[in-house]
Amino acid sequence: MEKFQTLRSGVVPLPIENVDTDQIIPARFLKATTREGFGANLFADWRYTADGQPKSDFVLNDARYQGHQILLAGKNFGCGSSREHAAWALYDAGFRVVISSYFADIFRGNALNTGLLPLQVSDEVLQGLFEVVAQDSQTALTVDLQTQTLTVPGWDEVIYFELDPYKKECLLNGYDDIDFLISQEAAITAFEQQRSWVF
Amino acid sequence: MAKTLFDKIWDAHVVREVAGGLTVFYIDRHLIHEVTSPQAFDELTARGLTLRRPEQIVATADHNVPTRHQNQPIQDPLSRSQVDKLTENCATFGVELYGLGHQYQGIVHVIGPELGITQPGLTMVCGDSHTSTHGAFGTIAFGIGTSQVTQVMASQCLLLDKPKRMRITLDGDLRPGVTAKDLILYVISQLGTGGATGYFVEYAGSAIRGLSMEGRMTVCNMSIEMGARGGLIAPDATTFEYVKGRRFAPQGENWDRAVAYWQTLYSDEDAVFDAELQFDASAIQPMITYGTNPGMGIPLSASIPVLNGGSEATSFDKSLRYMGFQPGESLLGKEINYVFIGSCTNSRIEDLRTVAAYVRGKQKAAHVEAIIVPGSKQVEQQAIAEGLDKVLADAGFELREPGCSACLAMNDDKIPAGAYCVSTSNRNFEGRQGPGARTLLASPLVAAITAVEGRLVDITQYLN
Repeated sequence: MEKFQTLRSGVVPLPIENVDTDQIIPARFLKATTREGFGANLFADWRYTADGQPKSDFVLNDARYQGHQILLAGKNFGCGSSREHAAWALYDAGFRVVISSYFADIFRGNALNTGLLPLQVSDEVLQGLFEVVAQDSQTALTVDLQTQTLTVPGWDEVIYFELDPYKKECLLNGYDDIDFLISQEAAITAFEQQRSWVF
Repeated sequence: MAKTLFDKIWDAHVVREVAGGLTVFYIDRHLIHEVTSPQAFDELTARGLTLRRPEQIVATADHNVPTRHQNQPIQDPLSRSQVDKLTENCATFGVELYGLGHQYQGIVHVIGPELGITQPGLTMVCGDSHTSTHGAFGTIAFGIGTSQVTQVMASQCLLLDKPKRMRITLDGDLRPGVTAKDLILYVISQLGTGGATGYFVEYAGSAIRGLSMEGRMTVCNMSIEMGARGGLIAPDATTFEYVKGRRFAPQGENWDRAVAYWQTLYSDEDAVFDAELQFDASAIQPMITYGTNPGMGIPLSASIPVLNGGSEATSFDKSLRYMGFQPGESLLGKEINYVFIGSCTNSRIEDLRTVAAYVRGKQKAAHVEAIIVPGSKQVEQQAIAEGLDKVLADAGFELREPGCSACLAMNDDKIPAGAYCVSTSNRNFEGRQGPGARTLLASPLVAAITAVEGRLVDITQYLN
């Protein structure tokens, strides 16, 4: 997993609530057996017509937002299917941060395991961010993971965001849970021995 | 100290607590399928790791398989390669595979319970959000992403933060025509699609205890649709009766020992939940969804709500535009083009019996395509043994071979753009059943009546 420390980037606004993982990456694109390449089909049914042409009214096809690495989305982002492919698709398409006022549990975990930061803010802050981006599509936000802050140009105060301290360390250093769990071998074996009657 | 059912099972699986409030949490059973496992096996190999407990993993092919001609090679090369990859990985790593053609093949959440792999007090995971189904047995079961699939493969553990506990109590006798599916669609319509995010839900009350195991599975299955990490129900005599004698159920002395333990799995009287909700089950009516998330449900005979502004307005309008519906209108009389009976929510033998009992001697409407996809080979064989295949065929229903099918339309079973489908599955998201498809979630009984009438009707007028 790649490290994540700081990011200064423009924003792609998607003011839709309850964006489910079937929208992020429709099931028919899940047939690959590797992690790469899902970005081309990110939001496929909102982004392309039935014959594969870009839909001009979808934000990812709007030239003003090209290259922006922060997705700003309505509340309850990532609900539905557990497919980690949704986080892979966002990452593969260049996103490194998703900001919403809350995330579905499985998506949040998958994002953190992919190196994509799910940055949760209040409903009011989210609304404010949508307004800022609506006024200036080139607004660049600064995300600093070490200080857990989001800096918005023109705002008097930085926004502080919560993140589990362990997951923060993982993201800062590019670690994942597997190394940690493997290191728990002795404790796991001891646990299995006292539970062996179950199997 | 008084404990909830969830806490009792959770505490029995804590390997150790680590700094920051996280728990190294032990997983007893791991179910895998072709779509979310290949990258996990590759990751394992890339790191020079192997499976810690292959005997605690069971594999099947379900998401991506055709539901016709399963005895022939899969036509779609991508689907074929994914299923082949599963077969290859299971052979290499020594995992039991119930693949295509096997007598136990089927939807992962149908075969676990029917083989007795699912048992009270266990922890179970699968790279699939509907793993919550297994909670019907008093099991902590939940869906995980592929990185976590790798973690369980390598360590038999996950690093988790403990969810909050919610209890949803449903008391009262069900009205005629109201089923487990209506109960859960009602609950989700009250909580909304994110209303239980961060919680593990225990379902309780007389209406839940009165359900069969298959009904309880339908309820727990859809826990994720209100954002819950999972759902579970305290095991009782109905549970033990269901598990007894199944292929992987404990036998002999082990059975007695297991039941003695299982009987301790309930929420203590004074256990405290982080949230408690109560509903009068006797007031619940047959339900249907009108929008593009499972929280957008109403009684079949009610009207689509009218929203007055608020942050949801944009998404609500977008949803109704997609569905081709207007705020405030009734769904009764709407013509339906497809009926899909299947998925891990409603594809078990009782579901097929419900449909067959209603359509016996009747005909589906001429303009409706009615597909029924059994959840497993065992369900399919049971249906044939009971003669249900013939009843369904005579009524114009097409009985397919087992798989996830049009629930998520990964295979060829897709609903065309713009068409309306009454579906017994769990998600009505945009494009879920195919690009542009319009899904209305309902019970197998509502689906059967809709297929015959060809339009949405007040089903209470059609019951015997």
